[in-house]
Amino acid sequence: MLAYLIRRLFAAAVMLVVIVMVVFGIFFLVPKWAGVDIASSFVGKQADPAAVDAVRQKLGLSDPIYSQVWQFFKGIFAGRTYSGGGDVTHCAAPCFGYSFRSEQAVWPVLTDRFPVTLGLALGAAVLWLVFGVAAGVLSALKRGTIWDRGAMVVALAGVSLPIYFTGLLSLAIFAFGLKWIDAQYVPLSQSVGGWFGGMILPWITLAFLYAAMYARITRATMLEILGEDYIRTARAKGLTEPVVIGKHAMRSTMTPILTMLGMDLGALIGGAILTESTFNLPGLGRAVLDAIRNQDLPIILGVTLITSLAVLLANLVVDILYAVIDPRVRLS
Amino acid sequence: MTELSKSGAAVGEPTDASPAPTAFLEVRDLKVHFPTDDGLVKSVDGLSFALEKGKTLGIVGESGSGKSVTSLGIMGLHTAGQYGKRKAQISGEIWLDGTELLSADPDHVRKLRGRQMAMIFQDPLSALHPYYTIGAQIVEAYRIHHNVDKKTAKRRAVEMLDRVGIPQPDKRIDSYPHEFSGGMRQRAMIAMSLVNNPELLIADEPTTALDVTVQAQILDLIRDLQKEFGSAVIVITHDLGVVAELADDILVMYGGRCVERGPAEDVFYEPRHPYTWGLLGSMPRLDREQQERLVPVKGSPPSLINIPSGCAFNPRCPYADVPKDNVTRTVRPELTEVGSRHWAACHLSAEQRETIWINEIAPKL
Repeated sequence: MLAYLIRRLFAAAVMLVVIVMVVFGIFFLVPKWAGVDIASSFVGKQADPAAVDAVRQKLGLSDPIYSQVWQFFKGIFAGRTYSGGGDVTHCAAPCFGYSFRSEQAVWPVLTDRFPVTLGLALGAAVLWLVFGVAAGVLSALKRGTIWDRGAMVVALAGVSLPIYFTGLLSLAIFAFGLKWIDAQYVPLSQSVGGWFGGMILPWITLAFLYAAMYARITRATMLEILGEDYIRTARAKGLTEPVVIGKHAMRSTMTPILTMLGMDLGALIGGAILTESTFNLPGLGRAVLDAIRNQDLPIILGVTLITSLAVLLANLVVDILYAVIDPRVRLS
Repeated sequence: MTELSKSGAAVGEPTDASPAPTAFLEVRDLKVHFPTDDGLVKSVDGLSFALEKGKTLGIVGESGSGKSVTSLGIMGLHTAGQYGKRKAQISGEIWLDGTELLSADPDHVRKLRGRQMAMIFQDPLSALHPYYTIGAQIVEAYRIHHNVDKKTAKRRAVEMLDRVGIPQPDKRIDSYPHEFSGGMRQRAMIAMSLVNNPELLIADEPTTALDVTVQAQILDLIRDLQKEFGSAVIVITHDLGVVAELADDILVMYGGRCVERGPAEDVFYEPRHPYTWGLLGSMPRLDREQQERLVPVKGSPPSLINIPSGCAFNPRCPYADVPKDNVTRTVRPELTEVGSRHWAACHLSAEQRETIWINEIAPKL
């Protein structure tokens, strides 16, 4: 188990380095090869060549590539100092550079946005896990009955309907029609109730989509597991049906669900763009959407790195949980 | 549910129509049918037999003859955990130690499962839960039926693993099924089945998934344990060699029915049904010097949806035209006594069978 853990951690560290390299390549090398001058993006549309040159000096964009890569790495893990071209600016670690638009450092912008997205993703995950898995199990156990059909039709609707449709519909009904909730984002630190009220519709909307997928996967997996020999063995021992299902079948059913959960959470933490823009939540997804509109490269770069990191971490956690659940994984 | 349970017979109380059985296990006219899109699959279609404690019955037949369905039927595993609309239709009577199982309360039958009757499955790798240790699975099997703490149950599990010949049982108990070899896994499976001292043990192809070298060890183990515990044992197999070693009685199944039944010696040395002849002819034997080619039973097992009319074996039987008036294709033969405690279901007359056996079959075996 320990060897497995060390192997996984090592693999994750290697992966992290690779990710940073790839991101650097995407954001600095590809434009260079394509003939786009990054320095001119920094200074605005009508800039005199001297200003562009100053920026190029300052950011070290004309340095050899290996030096740029090194500075980029150093910036992320130790902070870097922009000293070329006269004035000196220190950018503390983790340094992703400065926003083109607001000229703020990228990292604080991201840390401001991150809790919103994290709260959205985690809250929705709890909802979709509980309801999705429950619906899937129910469907499997009542296969072919009206319950099964009903649950699967709802699941189909959940998978098919776009977030901005279900989201706007829920807003129209619960926030503007019935006026049950004030769909306004309030930070958790200001008011727990307000935060909850602002998050409940996004949670449900996002969870509806994912619950539908989880219900389908749970149903399929459960049906497959119920046909396994070891389930028959469990019954042959004289176990009651709730134990057979709840213990023996559920444990095996959880494996693929856990994998999916890791991937989905990782991806969502990088920003639930549709949900955040539908409900106007100031999360990472909104940040990246605005950044793309404004061609604000440093912000996009920061979010890309954070998303990659989140997916990486989620995978690591899934790998570890996998080993906890399935003893066969620990060996190989 | 079953037809019988609708009649509402109380647990253990014989119904009016049928007198209480005398044998420990008595199966009467058991039918297990599965509705499918293509029609009703008659996996078991009228099977009767009896088994005493301390005796071993070998049920022999090819794939799809209804052997396993019979054993799962006795264990009540067709109705337990059936979800959705398609349910197995089971009728007949299964008497276990004075209790009729098909009409009994399902929860009562569940309590008997694992305690009074237990089962060993064909492939121990798939029959054991991959995520739980061997020990945890045996402990669970024990604690369902015994109100003891985990420590006591674990001691019992170690004792059982030791009894079935697993070395260092106190260490191996914490291993997972995939860490065991095939033979060890089957030993562990047997330990789990026997942990509650069941009076009826059903072994469904217990050696099929194992190496030939291990097969004999497992069969020896089953025999030894039976002697020790005095339980009734049903061994289900397609391998006549297995029952030759173990069984007191043999029941040959074909197309969901019994075609021949009798003491093992008689069925082996004086078989009275063409299908049994076919099985014997297709079995490799080492005790004959001049071995002719093995003769397979021609054709393939019958469809259980459209079982051939008359004798189910008639399309594959080399002697189907011997009896007169096409009777093998129109009338289903009933079991008739062909010797002491020996029955066969065949239209051939006693003389015809005798002649064919002596002249055509016996010399080739």
